[in-house]
Amino acid sequence: MLEVTGLTKHFGGFTAVNNVDFNLDKGEILGLIGPNGSGKSTIFNMLSGTLVPNAGSVRLNGREIGGAPPHKICRMGVGRTFQIPRPIRRLSILENAALAGYYGHSGVATREEAWRNAAEGLALVGLPTDPYSTVDTLGAAGLKKLELAKALATKPDLLLADESLGGLDHSEMDQAADMLRNIREELGVTIIWVEHIMGVLMRVVDRVMVLDHGEKIAEGKPQDVAADPKVIEVYLGSDADEVAAAAAR
Amino acid sequence: MNNNIVIAAIGAILLSLPFVGVDSYPLHLIIVILIWSFAYTGWSIMGRFGLVSLGHGAFMAIGGYVTALLWNNVGLTPWIGIPIAMALSGVVAVIIGYPCFRFRIVGHYFALVTLALSEVVRQVIIATRDTTGGSLGYTPERHGEGWSILAIQSDDRVAFYYIALAVWAVGIVIWKAVDRSMARYALEAIWEDEDASAAVGVRVTHEKLKVTVLSAVMTAFAGAMYCQYQMFISPDTIGGVGISLQIVFAVVVGGIYNALGPTVGAVITLLLAEVLRIGIGTENICITDKICLNAAGVPLLIYGVMLVMFIIFLPKGIVGGVLDRWRGPAQTGPSKQP
Repeated sequence: MLEVTGLTKHFGGFTAVNNVDFNLDKGEILGLIGPNGSGKSTIFNMLSGTLVPNAGSVRLNGREIGGAPPHKICRMGVGRTFQIPRPIRRLSILENAALAGYYGHSGVATREEAWRNAAEGLALVGLPTDPYSTVDTLGAAGLKKLELAKALATKPDLLLADESLGGLDHSEMDQAADMLRNIREELGVTIIWVEHIMGVLMRVVDRVMVLDHGEKIAEGKPQDVAADPKVIEVYLGSDADEVAAAAAR
Repeated sequence: MNNNIVIAAIGAILLSLPFVGVDSYPLHLIIVILIWSFAYTGWSIMGRFGLVSLGHGAFMAIGGYVTALLWNNVGLTPWIGIPIAMALSGVVAVIIGYPCFRFRIVGHYFALVTLALSEVVRQVIIATRDTTGGSLGYTPERHGEGWSILAIQSDDRVAFYYIALAVWAVGIVIWKAVDRSMARYALEAIWEDEDASAAVGVRVTHEKLKVTVLSAVMTAFAGAMYCQYQMFISPDTIGGVGISLQIVFAVVVGGIYNALGPTVGAVITLLLAEVLRIGIGTENICITDKICLNAAGVPLLIYGVMLVMFIIFLPKGIVGGVLDRWRGPAQTGPSKQP
């Protein structure tokens, strides 16, 4: 359902992403990992329209979305979360999700559909669906959940989850990982998940792609990638054994 | 008692005013207040979302001058002239708004761009004095005595009062419609975070442009109605930076987040101006033999002081402040009903 070919992004003389290719099947969860500055966020930003690629193609369900503006890409079926949650604090929790349910819908959403999409998204992540709860009542985990609920309210085919576990404690991380798995299983949504918490990520994803200096250095099943000497050298280091054990589970 | 009941009560009182023997002068003041309230309401429709325009004097002037010029020079009835003026105002709003919104010119920079628009339109009016009368002003030609439906002219204050009242009511209805629309959520979200809004499918430039055009068109209509009522306009009474600032000031005083805020702002500022005009006049006030102030500037001085005081102590304006006291501050936070 997603075909990315030759994706490239330069910032002046610096190449942030260089000729990256990958495909995704419907309902698959792809883990996107790599050291800081390896190009993960740049790829996310190109897939969601925040950045325009210098070269390459991004096709979603056969339609080219590369270079389209963010609102258009969202309406074509790509929902995203932000690494640092960006809720609209002037709006209530339900209104935040309803905004996404109304404008992010691929067709013409009515108001009723918007509120329904919002309530479904919030219920799926376990947030209150009443119209009175404000964003200020949410902690770090709640804000991460709201990011997910907003993305889900747009009824996406592809969900880009950016470090959904950052700032969470161990039990919250496990909950969030289960949530992503549920989203895939219940809604059939395809997911690309950028994460630094390898132990949790490796247990959930179907496939992992590793980036370093803007280039793809490995791709495959979690246990194969965890054992790849090059991945261990540039990214996993001393955590390799722990990650391999998580991938084997 | 909710806001709708208050509005309905005020509407009922206003409808019955001519029957309770209100004199011509107070009726004149009320008509002017109603027309300006419509302009202020038009400004607040975009201003409440952080789109602070200091250029609405330009739209007001376009509304008044285009309507009057078409009537005097081409003989085009205001029934057609006013829509043309409104359309032209909308086009100007797009010309100014699109590049601003596309290239994310927001906040102070947006205010400065629109401030320049105010002055450009004022200078164009002054520079084309052979056509517009320049600084001396412009008068639409009278279409006979008494009522003229064709020219939307009337000597009858009561008739014009009801026209102004209808215009004001339409302004409130438009404000409420925007407030209840999904566009309101989109604009609040855009104000806070454009990227996050776009990421959930909001067409940022499109939404901002829509509300800006609506606001400009409403203000142009107010300018045209003001011209039809007063039968005289000048760059300083209907356009320019002074009028733009007057619009902002009145809305800040009345309250930007409530449908009745701009109306309350209009009542206070226009009555204050009238009281000062009558009380002080336009003579020089001399503090010493050598230091004299022209009294015409006193209202501006008082406006300035009041504006600073309101922004510091009552940022939600009079209506917002009263509602906060009455219902608690939470009521002015996120809306409570889907």
